[in-house]
Amino acid sequence: MSEIILDMKNITKVFPGVKALDNVNLKVKRGEIHALVGENGAGKSTLMNVLSGIYPFGTYSGDVFFEGKKCEFKSVRDSEKAGIAIIHQELALNPYMTIAENIFLCNERSKYGIINWDRTNQEAKKLISKVGLKEKHSTLVMDIGVGKQQLVEIAKALSKDVRLLILDEPTAALNDRDSDNLLNLLLELNQQGLTCIIISHKIHEVTRIADQITIIRDGMIVETLVNGVDEFSENRIIKGMVGRELVNRFPPREKVNIGEIGFEVKDWVVYDPLDDDRMRIKNVSFNVRKGEVVGIAGLMGAGRTELVMSLFGRAYGKKISGTILKDGKKLLLKTVSEAISEGMAYATEDRKTAGLILIDDIRRNITLPRLDKVSKNSVINESLEVKAAEEQRKKLNIKSSGVYQKTGNLSGGNQQKVVLSKWIFSEPDVLFLDEPTRGIDVGAKYEIYTIINQLASQGKCIVVISSELPEILGICDRIYIMNEGSIVGEMSKEAASPEKIMKCILTSTSNRS
Amino acid sequence: MERIRDVLRHNIRQYGMLFALIAIMLIFQILTGGILLRPINVSRLIFQNSYILILAIGMMLCILTGGHIDLSVGSIVAMVSASSALFSVKLGLPVPLSIFLSLIVGLLAGMWQGFWIAFVKIPPFIVTLAGMLIFNGVNNIILSGKTVLLPQLYITIASDSIPDFIGSGGKLHLSTIVIGIICSALYIIMELFSRAKKKKFGYDAGSDQLFIAKIIVIALVINLFTYWLARANGLTYAVILLVVLIVIYSFITNKTVAGRHIYALGGNAKAAELSGINIKRVMFWVYANMGFLAAIAGIVFAGRLNSASPTAGDGFELDTIAACFIGGASASGGVGTIIGAIIGGFIMGIMNNGMSIMGISTFWQSIIKGLVTIFAVAFDVYSKSKAKVA
Repeated sequence: MSEIILDMKNITKVFPGVKALDNVNLKVKRGEIHALVGENGAGKSTLMNVLSGIYPFGTYSGDVFFEGKKCEFKSVRDSEKAGIAIIHQELALNPYMTIAENIFLCNERSKYGIINWDRTNQEAKKLISKVGLKEKHSTLVMDIGVGKQQLVEIAKALSKDVRLLILDEPTAALNDRDSDNLLNLLLELNQQGLTCIIISHKIHEVTRIADQITIIRDGMIVETLVNGVDEFSENRIIKGMVGRELVNRFPPREKVNIGEIGFEVKDWVVYDPLDDDRMRIKNVSFNVRKGEVVGIAGLMGAGRTELVMSLFGRAYGKKISGTILKDGKKLLLKTVSEAISEGMAYATEDRKTAGLILIDDIRRNITLPRLDKVSKNSVINESLEVKAAEEQRKKLNIKSSGVYQKTGNLSGGNQQKVVLSKWIFSEPDVLFLDEPTRGIDVGAKYEIYTIINQLASQGKCIVVISSELPEILGICDRIYIMNEGSIVGEMSKEAASPEKIMKCILTSTSNRS
Repeated sequence: MERIRDVLRHNIRQYGMLFALIAIMLIFQILTGGILLRPINVSRLIFQNSYILILAIGMMLCILTGGHIDLSVGSIVAMVSASSALFSVKLGLPVPLSIFLSLIVGLLAGMWQGFWIAFVKIPPFIVTLAGMLIFNGVNNIILSGKTVLLPQLYITIASDSIPDFIGSGGKLHLSTIVIGIICSALYIIMELFSRAKKKKFGYDAGSDQLFIAKIIVIALVINLFTYWLARANGLTYAVILLVVLIVIYSFITNKTVAGRHIYALGGNAKAAELSGINIKRVMFWVYANMGFLAAIAGIVFAGRLNSASPTAGDGFELDTIAACFIGGASASGGVGTIIGAIIGGFIMGIMNNGMSIMGISTFWQSIIKGLVTIFAVAFDVYSKSKAKVA
């Protein structure tokens, strides 16, 4: 049990502008289950991507030793050859192929390029029974549930003579029974000598199966807890995950006069657009006062984006029910343009794929939601348009050569300012800001927080979604906590702390299981 | 100077295509021993290509929505010329009425395809491939596989010149020249007006010299063009129709909310949707419009052939699509202009015409056109990857 199978030394990985991993050391013993925990963006997945060759050798600094040998993986293929397999959060199965075909995809049982189907099916059957999957080898992957698909992924990994299996959030998309099965399977495989690294947000699962837990925060290892030696409690782990010093990263939030309720949602229910039976938003009710900044905290996949998108003219979801009240008046919104004309705005979490038209200039992006403001009889008055865009550019201090600059050439912070000015230009009363500062530097963040404060002081209702707890605590007056499609808590700014929020999320998950 | 360079850099693709057109024009002018730019040949060149150019306008809009193409335009051209024969010859309706009804036929064909594309979300490639088969079949059923002669008015639309109401000016077609002068005067007035407006809003409208140079060059080009046509047979109705369509559609794409929505959809469909654009409606009308323009092209084409024939419109879709891509449309949508499509159409047309004059076999013509299309799109891909690095 004491042999070190994996030794990662001084791993540093830099992305443009961000140090994702800072001198990380990780040792994994043969035959253990090693858990990696940390907040979103702490660097867990980056570390595993370095290990599995997704970030090839040379793009990071530091050394990786596997089974005593120094590794220089240039691709996933190399790491698989060495005996390391990774299963990502998003499954990489081909839905139109059978289970057997998927298990041996890219690793076909063949001779001279001709597939030996008898061998394929026979070996597939063995692997299927080994992972406890109760399906025939010839079933199409699209016909089985996510839980079973996860098992197929594991069978696929086992087919490659794997000695170290990495699982990135394996239970995130699973229900409790499937999660339980999966964890039991991992324990069983572990008994047979397989070493696992598991990344998870679900602390109670981690404490149940892990031999060691490594906590990672802001690209650095905080500590490694050993089962039986250290305290293995949720409190201890949460403190390690969030316990950072808060410096002055937020503009002071003046005690503005917060008015009456300007926006309210009651019993909001939304189903998954692809799966009619899967309820994504479960009876959510919340309200926002005029001039108030309300935060929605939660882990990735908690349904926060889905919630606000479904509110924003049904841009997401199916079978939507519930009530939206704005200034006490009931709103019936069927399209995004109706939502915009009722004074709602939604700045997307991903500015590049859903927020901006990168091949267009600043001016065209800013005026897009409300072209009617700069046109007459559907004919655009370009002079008026340029003037309006220029006003926004100055007001938000967008650093650019002019309003004719392409948004694709702007920095992340300035792109985000274009997104904001686009929605400020639409003169909304209710603003949903989804991850407004993701991937931008500290200075630009501060500017954006200042803009948010200004908007609030104009009496607008503002809802901020953020995965960064310090950000939520720094800029919001009130915080809702969301988990698995429900609102599981509400706290005032004064009462909230990272530990309390994390605990609220985790206990709500535990209660279900 | 800084500014000129800036303008050039921003519009390099557009100007690049214009230079390519001029270069190709000069090359063939030399290779054909001066025949290419003779007035009578210029007139013929436009006459031969007018329907492709009309189709290119609509096709450009389709490509703008996301690199989608319409394969059925050739079949709609054929179906519309066949239905013209049906209305005017078999049913004996007056020609204006039968033209009107034929336009409706084209519009309905476009709406049919728009419905499947926008509301049922079938990829345009498949919908228009099916449309190509369907409309071709309809065409053959109407004509029973035979060629039908059309009334005189169709021929007038496609190939006759406007009357020279000022009286015979000897060899020159005077009213053509007068129209040229009127148009250039209108153009100058409009430019002055919009410049004054820009100044009123307090924007840098560019240097005065550059502005004056620009309007003088364009006014000269307009007058040179009409003078050239006047030396041949004068302005034809088809040319007027084409110019009017170019002006209208350039206006729609540049100046209207609808045009902006088309560009936004092609630039980033998701962002466009979340900005309140009704994507389905835009897609529907772009394809309905394509059907309508194909109907106009069909009537011009029928007039040119003087008949409706079962093989009409064969291969038009390919020439049209090539014209758009040569003219700077991006294969992923969101980039391209109506003028670009027209320039691309002329590049194709001059190559066709020039190579025919030189007596190059159609097989080689086809190879050369194919290569030019590939190079044009390769240039697009290359310049985009450069832009990303910058």
